[in-house]
Amino acid sequence: MLDTVLLIVFSLIGLSIMLNFWRLMKGPSVPDRILALDTMYINVIALIILYSISMGTGLYFEAALLIAMLGFISTVAVCKYLLRGDIIE
Amino acid sequence: MISEWIVSAFLLFGGLFIFIGSLGLIKLPDFYMRLHGPTKATTLGMASILIAAMVFFANSEHGLSVKEILITVFLLITAPISGYMLIKSALHHKLNATEETKGLDKIEKD
Amino acid sequence: MRLQGQFKWLPTPIFSLFLFVVWLLLNNSASIGHILLGTILALSIPLITFSFRDRQPTIIKPSLALKQLFIVLYDIVVANIEVALLILGANKKLRPAFIKVPIDLTHDLPITILASCVSLTPGTVSADVYPIKENLLEGEQIGQRYLLIHVLDLDDEEALITLIKQRYEMPLKEIFQC
Repeated sequence: MLDTVLLIVFSLIGLSIMLNFWRLMKGPSVPDRILALDTMYINVIALIILYSISMGTGLYFEAALLIAMLGFISTVAVCKYLLRGDIIE
Repeated sequence: MISEWIVSAFLLFGGLFIFIGSLGLIKLPDFYMRLHGPTKATTLGMASILIAAMVFFANSEHGLSVKEILITVFLLITAPISGYMLIKSALHHKLNATEETKGLDKIEKD
Repeated sequence: MRLQGQFKWLPTPIFSLFLFVVWLLLNNSASIGHILLGTILALSIPLITFSFRDRQPTIIKPSLALKQLFIVLYDIVVANIEVALLILGANKKLRPAFIKVPIDLTHDLPITILASCVSLTPGTVSADVYPIKENLLEGEQIGQRYLLIHVLDLDDEEALITLIKQRYEMPLKEIFQC
Protein backbone atom coordinates (compact mmCIF):
# COMPACT_ATOMS: atom_id res chain seq x y z
CA MET A 1 0.00 0.00 0.00
CA LEU A 2 2.83 2.33 0.90
CA ASP A 3 4.22 2.02 -2.63
CA THR A 4 0.94 3.25 -4.17
CA VAL A 5 0.74 6.15 -1.70
CA LEU A 6 4.36 7.08 -2.41
CA LEU A 7 3.62 7.12 -6.13
CA ILE A 8 0.59 9.40 -5.61
CA VAL A 9 2.51 11.81 -3.37
CA PHE A 10 5.49 11.83 -5.74
CA SER A 11 3.22 12.90 -8.58
CA LEU A 12 1.44 15.51 -6.41
CA ILE A 13 4.74 17.14 -5.49
CA GLY A 14 6.07 16.85 -9.03
CA LEU A 15 2.95 18.65 -10.22
CA SER A 16 3.47 21.31 -7.54
CA ILE A 17 7.02 21.91 -8.75
CA MET A 18 5.70 22.29 -12.31
CA LEU A 19 3.14 24.85 -11.09
CA ASN A 20 5.93 26.72 -9.27
CA PHE A 21 8.02 26.66 -12.43
CA TRP A 22 5.14 28.15 -14.38
CA ARG A 23 4.89 31.02 -11.90
CA LEU A 24 8.68 31.43 -12.06
CA MET A 25 8.51 31.83 -15.85
CA LYS A 26 5.37 33.96 -15.92
CA GLY A 27 6.30 36.48 -13.23
CA PRO A 28 5.00 39.19 -13.63
CA SER A 29 7.17 40.89 -10.98
CA VAL A 30 10.53 40.03 -9.41
CA PRO A 31 9.11 39.27 -5.91
CA ASP A 32 6.70 36.83 -7.58
CA ARG A 33 9.63 34.96 -9.08
CA ILE A 34 11.48 34.87 -5.76
CA LEU A 35 8.35 33.53 -4.07
CA ALA A 36 8.07 30.81 -6.70
CA LEU A 37 11.74 29.90 -6.20
CA ASP A 38 11.32 29.80 -2.40
CA THR A 39 8.33 27.47 -2.70
CA MET A 40 10.31 25.33 -5.13
CA TYR A 41 13.07 24.88 -2.52
CA ILE A 42 10.56 23.63 0.04
CA ASN A 43 8.97 21.28 -2.48
CA VAL A 44 12.38 19.88 -3.39
CA ILE A 45 13.02 19.14 0.30
CA ALA A 46 9.73 17.22 0.36
CA LEU A 47 10.82 15.34 -2.77
CA ILE A 48 14.17 14.37 -1.22
CA ILE A 49 12.47 13.09 1.94
CA LEU A 50 10.01 11.06 -0.12
CA TYR A 51 12.94 9.59 -2.05
CA SER A 52 14.69 8.64 1.17
CA ILE A 53 11.51 6.91 2.39
CA SER A 54 11.15 4.97 -0.85
CA MET A 55 14.84 3.97 -0.77
CA GLY A 56 14.65 3.16 2.94
CA THR A 57 17.84 5.01 3.90
CA GLY A 58 18.30 7.95 6.24
CA LEU A 59 21.28 9.30 4.34
CA TYR A 60 19.39 12.04 2.55
CA PHE A 61 18.40 14.09 5.59
CA GLU A 62 21.65 16.04 5.61
CA ALA A 63 20.97 17.04 2.02
CA ALA A 64 17.45 18.15 2.97
CA LEU A 65 18.78 20.19 5.89
CA LEU A 66 21.41 21.85 3.69
CA ILE A 67 18.84 22.75 1.01
CA ALA A 68 16.54 24.20 3.70
CA MET A 69 19.33 26.44 4.99
CA LEU A 70 20.64 27.51 1.58
CA GLY A 71 17.13 28.23 0.31
CA PHE A 72 16.31 30.45 3.25
CA ILE A 73 19.59 32.36 3.10
CA SER A 74 19.35 32.94 -0.66
CA THR A 75 15.74 34.13 -0.41
CA VAL A 76 16.68 36.63 2.29
CA ALA A 77 19.77 37.77 0.35
CA VAL A 78 17.87 38.37 -2.89
CA CYS A 79 15.08 40.22 -1.02
CA LYS A 80 17.65 42.37 0.72
CA TYR A 81 19.19 43.16 -2.64
CA LEU A 82 15.78 44.22 -4.00
CA LEU A 83 15.15 46.38 -0.94
CA ARG A 84 18.47 48.18 -0.73
CA GLY A 85 20.38 47.47 -3.93
CA ASP A 86 23.04 45.93 -1.73
CA ILE A 87 23.26 42.84 0.49
CA ILE A 88 25.66 44.03 3.18
CA GLU A 89 25.74 47.78 3.63
CA MET B 1 1.02 -2.77 9.75
CA ILE B 2 -0.70 0.01 11.68
CA SER B 3 2.39 2.17 11.26
CA GLU B 4 2.15 1.80 7.49
CA TRP B 5 -1.37 3.23 7.66
CA ILE B 6 -0.17 6.17 9.77
CA VAL B 7 2.72 6.87 7.39
CA SER B 8 0.42 6.70 4.36
CA ALA B 9 -2.15 9.03 5.94
CA PHE B 10 0.46 11.63 6.89
CA LEU B 11 2.10 11.42 3.46
CA LEU B 12 -1.17 11.92 1.62
CA PHE B 13 -2.17 14.80 3.91
CA GLY B 14 1.22 16.47 3.43
CA GLY B 15 1.28 15.98 -0.33
CA LEU B 16 -2.22 17.40 -0.64
CA PHE B 17 -1.30 20.49 1.38
CA ILE B 18 1.89 21.13 -0.58
CA PHE B 19 -0.13 20.82 -3.78
CA ILE B 20 -2.80 23.25 -2.49
CA GLY B 21 -0.07 25.75 -1.52
CA SER B 22 1.40 25.62 -5.03
CA LEU B 23 -2.08 25.86 -6.54
CA GLY B 24 -2.60 29.06 -4.56
CA LEU B 25 0.62 30.38 -6.06
CA ILE B 26 -0.91 30.01 -9.53
CA LYS B 27 -4.55 30.77 -8.91
CA LEU B 28 -4.72 33.86 -6.67
CA PRO B 29 -4.87 37.25 -8.41
CA ASP B 30 -2.17 39.41 -6.81
CA PHE B 31 1.20 39.02 -5.10
CA TYR B 32 0.02 39.78 -1.56
CA MET B 33 -2.61 37.07 -1.74
CA ARG B 34 -0.26 34.60 -3.43
CA LEU B 35 2.09 34.93 -0.47
CA HIS B 36 -0.49 33.21 1.79
CA GLY B 37 -0.28 29.86 0.01
CA PRO B 38 3.42 29.09 0.36
CA THR B 39 3.90 30.58 3.85
CA LYS B 40 1.10 28.53 5.37
CA ALA B 41 -0.10 25.50 3.48
CA THR B 42 3.39 24.41 2.50
CA THR B 43 4.67 24.63 6.08
CA LEU B 44 2.01 22.25 7.38
CA GLY B 45 2.51 19.96 4.39
CA MET B 46 6.25 19.72 5.06
CA ALA B 47 5.65 19.11 8.77
CA SER B 48 3.34 16.19 8.12
CA ILE B 49 5.66 14.64 5.51
CA LEU B 50 8.52 14.88 8.01
CA ILE B 51 6.35 13.27 10.73
CA ALA B 52 5.58 10.48 8.26
CA ALA B 53 9.32 10.01 7.64
CA MET B 54 9.95 9.90 11.39
CA VAL B 55 7.29 7.22 11.98
CA PHE B 56 8.57 5.24 8.99
CA PHE B 57 12.21 5.22 10.14
CA ALA B 58 11.27 4.51 13.77
CA ASN B 59 9.70 1.26 12.57
CA SER B 60 12.44 0.25 10.14
CA GLU B 61 15.79 -1.31 11.06
CA HIS B 62 17.43 2.15 11.24
CA GLY B 63 15.77 2.97 14.54
CA LEU B 64 14.41 6.33 15.62
CA SER B 65 15.90 9.30 13.81
CA VAL B 66 15.24 12.77 15.16
CA LYS B 67 16.83 14.95 12.47
CA GLU B 68 13.37 15.44 10.95
CA ILE B 69 12.40 17.50 13.99
CA LEU B 70 15.35 19.77 13.25
CA ILE B 71 14.19 20.36 9.64
CA THR B 72 10.61 20.97 10.81
CA VAL B 73 11.68 23.50 13.45
CA PHE B 74 13.98 25.21 10.97
CA LEU B 75 11.21 25.54 8.37
CA LEU B 76 8.75 26.80 11.00
CA ILE B 77 11.20 29.49 12.12
CA THR B 78 12.28 30.59 8.64
CA ALA B 79 8.92 30.59 6.79
CA PRO B 80 7.60 33.80 8.45
CA ILE B 81 10.97 35.54 8.08
CA SER B 82 11.23 34.92 4.34
CA GLY B 83 7.55 35.83 3.96
CA TYR B 84 8.23 39.11 5.75
CA MET B 85 11.25 39.88 3.56
CA LEU B 86 9.23 39.12 0.42
CA ILE B 87 6.26 41.30 1.36
CA LYS B 88 8.60 44.12 2.39
CA SER B 89 10.36 44.08 -0.97
CA ALA B 90 6.96 43.93 -2.70
CA LEU B 91 5.80 47.02 -0.77
CA HIS B 92 9.07 48.72 -1.64
CA HIS B 93 8.50 48.06 -5.34
CA LYS B 94 4.84 49.22 -4.96
CA LEU B 95 3.34 46.13 -6.56
CA ASN B 96 -0.32 46.54 -7.47
CA ALA B 97 -2.88 44.85 -5.28
CA THR B 98 -6.31 43.91 -6.65
CA GLU B 99 -8.91 46.66 -6.59
CA GLU B 100 -11.03 44.96 -3.94
CA THR B 101 -8.23 45.21 -1.37
CA LYS B 102 -9.34 47.40 1.51
CA GLY B 103 -7.09 49.69 3.53
CA LEU B 104 -4.49 50.37 0.84
CA ASP B 105 -4.14 53.89 2.27
CA LYS B 106 -2.66 52.39 5.45
CA ILE B 107 0.64 51.62 3.70
CA GLU B 108 3.30 54.20 4.54
CA LYS B 109 6.18 55.14 2.30
CA ASP B 110 9.60 53.82 3.23
CA MET C 1 11.72 42.90 31.88
CA ARG C 2 15.26 41.63 32.29
CA LEU C 3 17.95 42.11 29.69
CA GLN C 4 20.50 39.64 31.06
CA GLY C 5 20.48 36.14 32.58
CA GLN C 6 20.92 35.62 36.30
CA PHE C 7 24.50 34.36 36.11
CA LYS C 8 27.41 36.00 34.41
CA TRP C 9 28.74 32.75 32.93
CA LEU C 10 25.29 31.95 31.48
CA PRO C 11 24.08 35.13 29.76
CA THR C 12 21.35 33.54 27.62
CA PRO C 13 20.04 30.32 29.27
CA ILE C 14 17.33 29.51 26.69
CA PHE C 15 19.76 29.99 23.79
CA SER C 16 22.25 27.65 25.49
CA LEU C 17 19.58 25.00 25.99
CA PHE C 18 18.57 25.38 22.33
CA LEU C 19 22.18 24.96 21.14
CA PHE C 20 22.59 21.85 23.32
CA VAL C 21 19.41 20.22 21.99
CA VAL C 22 20.28 21.08 18.37
CA TRP C 23 23.75 19.51 18.80
CA LEU C 24 22.22 16.26 20.11
CA LEU C 25 19.60 16.24 17.34
CA LEU C 26 22.22 16.86 14.64
CA ASN C 27 24.30 13.92 15.84
CA ASN C 28 21.20 11.80 16.49
CA SER C 29 22.69 10.33 19.67
CA ALA C 30 22.73 10.90 23.42
CA SER C 31 26.07 9.28 24.30
CA ILE C 32 28.33 10.68 27.06
CA GLY C 33 30.79 12.13 24.56
CA HIS C 34 28.16 14.09 22.67
CA ILE C 35 26.51 15.33 25.86
CA LEU C 36 29.89 16.57 27.11
CA LEU C 37 30.80 18.23 23.81
CA GLY C 38 27.30 19.72 23.52
CA THR C 39 27.56 21.18 27.02
CA ILE C 40 30.93 22.76 26.26
CA LEU C 41 29.61 24.26 23.01
CA ALA C 42 26.36 25.45 24.61
CA LEU C 43 28.29 27.22 27.36
CA SER C 44 31.09 28.71 25.27
CA ILE C 45 29.27 29.93 22.13
CA PRO C 46 26.94 32.36 24.02
CA LEU C 47 29.92 33.68 26.02
CA ILE C 48 31.95 34.37 22.86
CA THR C 49 29.08 35.89 20.87
CA PHE C 50 27.47 37.77 23.78
CA SER C 51 29.47 40.96 23.31
CA PHE C 52 28.36 41.54 19.73
CA ARG C 53 24.68 40.65 20.07
CA ASP C 54 21.99 43.22 20.83
CA ARG C 55 20.63 42.83 24.34
CA GLN C 56 17.18 41.27 24.17
CA PRO C 57 14.69 40.60 26.95
CA THR C 58 14.98 37.10 28.46
CA ILE C 59 12.04 34.78 29.03
CA ILE C 60 10.88 35.19 32.61
CA LYS C 61 7.98 32.74 32.69
CA PRO C 62 9.09 29.53 30.87
CA SER C 63 5.94 27.56 31.79
CA LEU C 64 3.73 30.17 30.16
CA ALA C 65 6.03 30.22 27.11
CA LEU C 66 5.62 26.45 26.74
CA LYS C 67 1.83 26.76 26.99
CA GLN C 68 1.84 29.55 24.38
CA LEU C 69 3.95 27.37 22.07
CA PHE C 70 1.29 24.65 22.10
CA ILE C 71 -1.50 27.20 21.53
CA VAL C 72 0.37 28.56 18.49
CA LEU C 73 1.06 25.05 17.15
CA TYR C 74 -2.66 24.21 17.43
CA ASP C 75 -3.54 27.47 15.69
CA ILE C 76 -1.08 26.73 12.88
CA VAL C 77 -2.86 23.45 12.06
CA VAL C 78 -6.34 25.03 12.19
CA ALA C 79 -5.27 28.12 10.20
CA ASN C 80 -3.61 26.01 7.52
CA ILE C 81 -6.78 24.03 6.91
CA GLU C 82 -8.76 27.31 6.76
CA VAL C 83 -6.35 28.85 4.25
CA ALA C 84 -6.37 25.66 2.15
CA LEU C 85 -10.18 25.83 1.95
CA LEU C 86 -10.01 29.54 1.03
CA ILE C 87 -7.53 28.80 -1.75
CA LEU C 88 -9.73 26.04 -3.15
CA GLY C 89 -12.80 28.32 -3.09
CA ALA C 90 -13.66 30.96 -5.68
CA ASN C 91 -11.34 33.95 -6.04
CA LYS C 92 -14.25 36.41 -6.07
CA LYS C 93 -15.39 35.43 -2.58
CA LEU C 94 -12.10 36.52 -1.00
CA ARG C 95 -12.00 39.92 0.70
CA PRO C 96 -8.32 40.89 0.93
CA ALA C 97 -7.38 43.87 3.12
CA PHE C 98 -4.52 45.63 4.83
CA ILE C 99 -5.10 46.39 8.50
CA LYS C 100 -3.05 48.15 11.15
CA VAL C 101 -2.83 46.63 14.60
CA PRO C 102 -1.57 48.86 17.43
CA ILE C 103 1.02 47.01 19.54
CA ASP C 104 2.33 47.76 23.01
CA LEU C 105 5.52 45.69 22.84
CA THR C 106 8.71 47.74 22.71
CA HIS C 107 11.65 45.42 22.05
CA ASP C 108 12.76 43.78 18.82
CA LEU C 109 12.63 40.15 19.96
CA PRO C 110 9.01 40.16 21.26
CA ILE C 111 7.87 42.09 18.17
CA THR C 112 9.62 39.57 15.90
CA ILE C 113 7.96 36.66 17.72
CA LEU C 114 4.56 38.37 17.48
CA ALA C 115 5.00 39.05 13.75
CA SER C 116 6.03 35.41 13.16
CA CYS C 117 2.99 34.13 15.09
CA VAL C 118 0.73 36.38 13.03
CA SER C 119 2.35 35.19 9.79
CA LEU C 120 1.86 31.53 10.66
CA THR C 121 -1.75 31.77 11.83
CA PRO C 122 -5.27 32.65 10.57
CA GLY C 123 -5.05 33.92 7.01
CA THR C 124 -2.74 36.81 7.88
CA VAL C 125 0.80 37.82 6.88
CA SER C 126 2.58 40.56 8.80
CA ALA C 127 4.01 43.11 6.39
CA ASP C 128 5.73 45.90 8.29
CA VAL C 129 6.24 47.61 11.64
CA TYR C 130 5.39 51.32 11.79
CA PRO C 131 6.86 53.84 12.35
CA ILE C 132 9.79 52.86 10.12
CA LYS C 133 13.04 53.64 11.93
CA GLU C 134 14.74 55.23 8.90
CA ASN C 135 11.89 57.72 8.47
CA LEU C 136 12.19 59.13 12.00
CA LEU C 137 13.95 62.41 12.54
CA GLU C 138 17.14 62.52 14.60
CA GLY C 139 16.32 61.99 18.27
CA GLU C 140 12.58 61.64 17.67
CA GLN C 141 10.83 59.36 20.15
CA ILE C 142 8.90 56.35 18.86
CA GLY C 143 5.31 56.72 20.03
CA GLN C 144 2.64 54.12 19.33
CA ARG C 145 3.84 51.24 17.16
CA TYR C 146 1.68 49.55 14.54
CA LEU C 147 1.91 46.21 12.79
CA LEU C 148 0.75 46.26 9.17
CA ILE C 149 -0.99 42.99 8.32
CA HIS C 150 -2.32 41.63 5.05
CA VAL C 151 -5.46 39.53 5.50
CA LEU C 152 -6.61 37.04 2.90
CA ASP C 153 -10.30 37.09 3.86
CA LEU C 154 -11.32 39.90 6.21
CA ASP C 155 -14.66 39.52 7.94
CA ASP C 156 -14.59 41.90 10.91
CA GLU C 157 -11.58 44.19 11.40
CA GLU C 158 -12.21 45.01 15.08
CA ALA C 159 -12.70 41.35 15.98
CA LEU C 160 -9.43 40.34 14.27
CA ILE C 161 -7.48 43.11 16.04
CA THR C 162 -8.83 42.05 19.45
CA LEU C 163 -8.11 38.40 18.64
CA ILE C 164 -4.48 39.15 17.77
CA LYS C 165 -4.01 41.36 20.82
CA GLN C 166 -5.61 38.89 23.25
CA ARG C 167 -4.38 35.60 21.89
CA TYR C 168 -0.81 36.44 20.89
CA GLU C 169 0.25 39.77 22.34
CA MET C 170 -0.98 39.47 25.95
CA PRO C 171 0.87 36.18 26.67
CA LEU C 172 4.05 37.60 25.08
CA LYS C 173 3.84 40.64 27.34
CA GLU C 174 3.59 38.37 30.36
CA ILE C 175 6.36 36.03 29.23
CA PHE C 176 8.83 38.88 28.79
CA GLN C 177 7.31 41.09 31.51
CA CYS C 178 7.49 44.26 29.44
